[in-house]
Amino acid sequence: MLLINCPWCGPRDEIEFTCGGEAHIARPADPAALSDQEWAEYLFMRKNLKGLHYERWHHSYGCRQWFNAARDTVTHEIHATYKMGETPPVVAGEDGVVKGGNS
Amino acid sequence: MVFRPPPRLGGYPLKRTMQTYSIRSLARNARSFHENWTAAWRSPEPKPAYDVIIVGGGGHGLATAHYLAKNHRIANVAVLEKGWLGGGNTGRNTTVVRSNYLWDESAAFYEKSLQLYETLSQELNYNVMLSQRGLMLLCHSQHELHDAHRRAHAMRLNGIDSEFVSRENVLRMVPFLDGSPTARYPLCGGLLQRRGGVARHDAVAWGFARSADAFGVDIIQNCEVTGIRRDATGKIAGVDTTRGAIDAPKVAIVAAGHTSVLAAMAGIRLPIRSHPLQALVSEPVKPMLNVVVNSTQVHVYVSQSDKGELVMGAALDRFQSYGQRGSLPVIEDQMAAIVRLFPIVSRLKMLRQWAGIVDICPDASPIIGKTPVEGLYINGGWGTGGFKATPASGFCFAHTLAKDQPHPLTAPFNLDRFSGGRLIDETAAAAIAH
Repeated sequence: MLLINCPWCGPRDEIEFTCGGEAHIARPADPAALSDQEWAEYLFMRKNLKGLHYERWHHSYGCRQWFNAARDTVTHEIHATYKMGETPPVVAGEDGVVKGGNS
Repeated sequence: MVFRPPPRLGGYPLKRTMQTYSIRSLARNARSFHENWTAAWRSPEPKPAYDVIIVGGGGHGLATAHYLAKNHRIANVAVLEKGWLGGGNTGRNTTVVRSNYLWDESAAFYEKSLQLYETLSQELNYNVMLSQRGLMLLCHSQHELHDAHRRAHAMRLNGIDSEFVSRENVLRMVPFLDGSPTARYPLCGGLLQRRGGVARHDAVAWGFARSADAFGVDIIQNCEVTGIRRDATGKIAGVDTTRGAIDAPKVAIVAAGHTSVLAAMAGIRLPIRSHPLQALVSEPVKPMLNVVVNSTQVHVYVSQSDKGELVMGAALDRFQSYGQRGSLPVIEDQMAAIVRLFPIVSRLKMLRQWAGIVDICPDASPIIGKTPVEGLYINGGWGTGGFKATPASGFCFAHTLAKDQPHPLTAPFNLDRFSGGRLIDETAAAAIAH
């Protein structure tokens, strides 16, 4: 069971939330100008990282706001949550080294 | 003059040297107190180079090795497994085999798989304990009834056994279902595939491993791939492992939940997300359920094992993970649903619960075939239903590896379908909740 710190509501149970997958994927400015390959890259291809992962969450049964979280996909530890549009926080591992991440 | 038989197309089959299991070998070994059985497969040291390296020693990887040797006479093959054979999703699924798919591409492929399962014990000389006890999909609403009729017709047009079952007959076949007028999930009917059922998942991995090994394939456990090497032209050169570098012109990724991690080593991205999928078993009880029951609407699939335990699969955990464990809310939902469907189990205790990491594509169909990197092949994206596909996956993937072109059955499941817009959308059609 995850305890997720909603940037608007504070810590709440996992059951109140929906995970929206990888964060910080920018929609191409001019979709019509893209090739099929580039459009598929935007639409479908994901980093699917093992370790630190920046992802979107939705507080579906709470304030119904979207926000981002920096979560480890192996330990499930949530390092930080932050509002949409904010710069993703730099998260260091136990050894002080940033473990990757998708931003 | 010495008589020589005419050469056959593709050459002679490779010889498989193994101790055959039979009633005679059982009696013979009983006389020596079962002390002289040989190991089912060797544990060789990795050679410096192979023709093909298969990354992942689960059912699909081992099946690929078996069919590479048997059908294509390629046995200079290594199967590298970071843990133990069948310790990933092969040993974590709920052992259901079926081919009740709606779309033609899926129906043809999974039906081939079910047919291979039907003769697998003989082919491998290893009892995979296939039990075609029937698979019953429950309908709880008028809409599901319509959908079940459509699916039954689609399957019959594809030559796959399928029948619609009335509410009364569902209750006759599954007597402990709540069929009362006040049932939380009203029962409207069912869709039955009589040839569906269960098989012993460990035996599938072990049988394929034993056969591949007997053909000369090296199965190397406790050997994790840490890097994929490419030569100056970008072609695959080999892999780095925790037991040293191994060269090969062809590398096949058959790593289920870790497919993206391995593909990233070769510099390619995939449309795959890795999620935990949980399952659990109850304490053993007397026989109460002789078909596999699946309810898409309430996310339950349940069968009774030979030991008497109820084996239950849950819905997918919604967040990405490589942690091989899921969240409690999913299990709670699962239990709430199973108690509503089968009120008799309300006081049953659960023995074990676990999760496997499944790799899911946006269309919930697999990716089998070549990649943009020459010499790199991918067999993944099986999502929540890879076990039933094991034999056909190996059969078709071995064809792809040997001939460097897709097998007709798996050609639609290529990586290019995502840019070409030819998705095989089984997300809602696959008779299972996604």
